[in-house]
Amino acid sequence: MTEEFDAERVAGNGLLDRRIFLRQGGGLIGAVGMAAGLAGYTRPVHAETLVVPDWTKTPGAWLQGYTQPSKFEGKVVRGPLPNNLYNGIGPGNARTPLQFLDGMITPNGLHYERSHNGIPDIDPASHHLLIHGLVKRPLTFTVEALSRYPMTSRISFVECAGNSGGMYAATPAEGTAQSLHGLVSCAEWTGVSLAMLLEEAGVDPAAKWLVAEGADAAAMSRSVPIGKALDDAMVALYQNGERIRPSNGYPMRLLLPGYQGNMNVKWLRRVKLLREPAMTKDETSKYSLLVKDGKVAQFNFPMDAKSVITKPSPGINMTASGLYEISGIAWSGHGKIAKVEITADGGKSWAPAALSEPVLSKAITRFRLPWRWNGAPAILQSRAIDETGYVQPTRDAQIAARGSRAAYHCNLITSWGVAANGEVKHVYA
Amino acid sequence: MFTRNTAVISAAALGFTVGLASATESPGLGQPITEKEAAAWDLSIGPDGVGLPAGRGTVKRGEEVYLQKCQGCHGESGVGTPADKLVGGQGTLMGDQAPVKTVGSYWPYATTLFDYIRRAMPLGEPQTLSDNDVYAVSAYVLNLNGIIGSRAALDAKSLPKVKMPNRDNFYIVYPGQIK
Repeated sequence: MTEEFDAERVAGNGLLDRRIFLRQGGGLIGAVGMAAGLAGYTRPVHAETLVVPDWTKTPGAWLQGYTQPSKFEGKVVRGPLPNNLYNGIGPGNARTPLQFLDGMITPNGLHYERSHNGIPDIDPASHHLLIHGLVKRPLTFTVEALSRYPMTSRISFVECAGNSGGMYAATPAEGTAQSLHGLVSCAEWTGVSLAMLLEEAGVDPAAKWLVAEGADAAAMSRSVPIGKALDDAMVALYQNGERIRPSNGYPMRLLLPGYQGNMNVKWLRRVKLLREPAMTKDETSKYSLLVKDGKVAQFNFPMDAKSVITKPSPGINMTASGLYEISGIAWSGHGKIAKVEITADGGKSWAPAALSEPVLSKAITRFRLPWRWNGAPAILQSRAIDETGYVQPTRDAQIAARGSRAAYHCNLITSWGVAANGEVKHVYA
Repeated sequence: MFTRNTAVISAAALGFTVGLASATESPGLGQPITEKEAAAWDLSIGPDGVGLPAGRGTVKRGEEVYLQKCQGCHGESGVGTPADKLVGGQGTLMGDQAPVKTVGSYWPYATTLFDYIRRAMPLGEPQTLSDNDVYAVSAYVLNLNGIIGSRAALDAKSLPKVKMPNRDNFYIVYPGQIK
């Protein structure tokens, strides 16, 4: 087996051709071969493991109106939740446990959240969306009315502009994929095209921007260029098929595919069309990048291409040497992921990963690559390349270009160091 | 009806700017409202001062409001903790030192101060301050930063004229890509 896999080597330190699982996956021989090669599955099966279990000999639980994950999945939760500084109120965020998930979709209960003064408890019967400013006809819409409009659906990631900000630090932060990169999630959003609602109100040609505002206790507000609003913006009502969760904007949020999360205003209640941006707190004092020479780069809207390996990753350690699947997620606010490359030797040689279909614009794309780990220390990295040709930068390149004090929009390449004992840690390489 | 709507959505999804002249047929369920009626919700203040309400507030009154409503989170004279530091930090944005981003060192527009305080502060009871007191607290925070004098007062005319020290360091990236 080893010789056969070695013939599939595509880059240094044991990276194998992305197609080997595909070629073998369909047949019994392949399945046996994989089981023999995968660490943790090499122990012989003992007869006592094949006793008929209690849950087969007892009727199971009765039906529930809304099901929950298995009690054995209790570690798969958002976090780490920050200490509350203001006696139970105020701003906070909760991160998606990326290392425990697979595929491209984030379950609704695990979607990341950033809120600026709690989650409002909105009665949809009393909620209105106001569109006004530079329009011919200022209008209000009820949730019930919007629910009668033709719907559009798209799968889109949402990523906080502060995600991965810890990677600017001078020394590698200890953490997991979740704590370092968990302010990104991906869902199928369904709602009404914002362009349709703006057309109904009649856009004054002088309108170049709009300011979107939430009904939360921060009245969160952000300015959006009119071009984006008329392009692919959506007033989203549904998240993965059900009404949007309160933590993600119930009963409606603005969805601006690919743009920094903060602009995707939750609990959307007001859209005002303007000539100039409103220069709100969250587009001036926050979410702007302090770059070189004290200059501040403002209105950085799309999230640039990024990727992170989720398996293995800190906490998702290696065990015995053998065949593993490296897996992770990649996304770009500029379009589709064109390619993800992986190195197991700290960047000396790279191999293209397989991209799981569907590969969608401005959505998370799952990538996978087989790896025969020889049990020696290794440095794993992934780099995303999007359809514009943009290549996710190395840490050195990003910091050389903008300095290390930008706080936001960090998308440099993450390095996971694998120790001989299989433990995986965040390192700089 | 829905066929035509779908065409518009598709065009939008492909990245075309929908022509404003094109008739978009929608179910038309938006309820007309006048701008006067909408004013109750309209909190937006432009950097040119558009939207600022009537009223006026002095630094002196602002200090009284600050002590009562703001100091618990922002500390004595805006030194911060647990909430953001509001004062100082000038000179820390250069070089490699840790930047201290405050109203005085970082914020590019004074109007943003009024907009944000009115819509979101105090944290535990937002949208409860009078417009006069929002002007006053804005004036106090600007005075703490040495941007306006201690005898100053702010209103809809004077607030937009306050030049913030860091204003000229801001540049707009859109529609490009941050390096």
